[in-house]
Amino acid sequence: MSAVTRRLVEIAGPLVLVAATAAIAGNLGSARRLEFQTALVMVAIVVALYAFVGNSGVISFGHVSFVAVGAYLAGLVTLDPETKGFTTPELFPPLRHAQLGLVPSLALAAGVGAAYALVVGLPLMRLSGLPAGIATFAVLGITYNVLSYWGKIGPGVQTLSGVPEIGTWGIAAGVAIVVVAAWLYQRSRFGRQLRATREDPAAARASGISVYRQRLFSFVISGALAGLAGGLYVHELGLITPELFYLDLTFVTLAMLVFGGMGSLWGAVIGALAISALNSFLGDAENTVDVGFHLTLPNGTRLVTVGAVMALVLILRPSGLTGGRELGWRRR
Amino acid sequence: MVLASVNWGQAIADALALGALYGLVAVGIGLVFGVLRLVNFAYGELITCGAYVLAFTFGWPRVVSILLCIGAVVSLALAQELLAFRPLRRTGASPATMLVATFAVSFLLQAIYLLAFGSRGQIVGTLGTLNRAFIVDGVAIRWILLVTVVTGVVLLAATAALLDRTSVGLHIRAAAVDFRTSRILGVRANRVILLSFVVSGVLAAAVSVLYTVSNPLVQPSMGVPITIFALVGVVVGGLDRLWSAALGGFTVGLVYGLFADVLSSTSSVYLPSVVYGLVIVVLLLRPAGLFGSRHSRQVERV
Repeated sequence: MSAVTRRLVEIAGPLVLVAATAAIAGNLGSARRLEFQTALVMVAIVVALYAFVGNSGVISFGHVSFVAVGAYLAGLVTLDPETKGFTTPELFPPLRHAQLGLVPSLALAAGVGAAYALVVGLPLMRLSGLPAGIATFAVLGITYNVLSYWGKIGPGVQTLSGVPEIGTWGIAAGVAIVVVAAWLYQRSRFGRQLRATREDPAAARASGISVYRQRLFSFVISGALAGLAGGLYVHELGLITPELFYLDLTFVTLAMLVFGGMGSLWGAVIGALAISALNSFLGDAENTVDVGFHLTLPNGTRLVTVGAVMALVLILRPSGLTGGRELGWRRR
Repeated sequence: MVLASVNWGQAIADALALGALYGLVAVGIGLVFGVLRLVNFAYGELITCGAYVLAFTFGWPRVVSILLCIGAVVSLALAQELLAFRPLRRTGASPATMLVATFAVSFLLQAIYLLAFGSRGQIVGTLGTLNRAFIVDGVAIRWILLVTVVTGVVLLAATAALLDRTSVGLHIRAAAVDFRTSRILGVRANRVILLSFVVSGVLAAAVSVLYTVSNPLVQPSMGVPITIFALVGVVVGGLDRLWSAALGGFTVGLVYGLFADVLSSTSSVYLPSVVYGLVIVVLLLRPAGLFGSRHSRQVERV
């Protein structure tokens, strides 16, 4: 297989999966379609997370913050100013008066994600190891806390609702952009330099790579993608609360990434889709599902099973389903 | 920032109890981290487990109830190690994977609590009488404050004595400094690890008992914020030694308690942000922790 074909397979695989998910979602009833759409958004979030965590090897608990600011900004700017004057009167005037279309709102979401990541990353990317993990976690805590209470940037603990929806193919297009961007980044010289620092920081430094600069660059790219993913999320659900962007989402997206295989884009996509599928299958099984026989699980088994499966896969195959490899035939 | 009219004595008294509590949690987390370089996010679920045992044995003789609590928590701590962490270590998982695995265990345990006990919550009343207060100089001091501080100091001293004065303690400390070398020198690694889980389990059980006096409502996810704050304390204090971790946990609890009393209600909603902001500042200025030694190698294993 030539290098070009291999490259094409690498990126075509994830894109085909995204398109297939969207195509199936189009033929489903509304409740089921929502599950498929959410799975697509999860792909976007996990791929955004992967762009930093996968390439740098540094765990970030803070990425859901970028998803959150992206979602809130994209949601607020698409709402009708009159409604906002009524529901969220304290909002900063530019936010209150703005009314943009879906695409500009998504661009804004990516922009705010990148800007936030830059502000956070400038000091934080100097850290590594556990301090880095805790510091990014602190960022998540601050974002959640401020979003819950500050009336100037959103409705606080109340639900932000009435956000226009974008439709399955709109979401799929957004997810495709995220996937392609992550892929292009990982193939660029910056991506390769960052991967070098992941494998051996000392050797990378000796080769003239600035670990700080590469991590920061990756953090900002990944923040932009996460912001975009947040924009997709709000335009998928139509309503959001701060609670949505806290520990659960952080845990689930990290687990999806590890489950699929932290080291590859393919792993990020597979992990997100596999866990989403398991989750919605078990959701069905709680209301009886036909799998050759009628299976009914007691309420609450969904969470237990998802947790147990994730723990089991981690224990049995710690490098994830894909073992950190991209899609394609093995070399050698 | 508007300051409410403050009774400083009262504020300090309340904050001390919280500090002692978080100090204990921090030692439990720090002990396992010291040996395994593993941050156990599922530590809070041990505390939740103990709280459930206390809730379900309410009305039984207190001693029995507390002993059962300790037994259950220690068993769960051992189960975490034997069923999840040890098999994972065997496969040579990366530290990042291990960290996510402890997340998964935490998530799983919370889901099990939710399935088994429901989301409504249970009430613990085992030591409710300790909420009574006596007044000193206009400061209402609840008995639980004294009990918490005394228990905290005693358990910390006991842990320190175990580590410093006994041969198993020596093994634990050796394993904490250099796991591989200590193994070569004849330290029985898995026994040391089990023992550190037992000790951290006992500490968690103590926290269950003390914590539920002031916060009697037991819910499936009650352990999460406790873990988070203690972990923040551990990292802020410095992970390389047990007492610095304890001091870090104590500091975070104390600061949190003080701010909670001192800030007016409109600004106190931002309290978590203030604490997290301080954490970031500390980490940036001193990544090895406030009380960590300057010369220690920076921990870069997770």
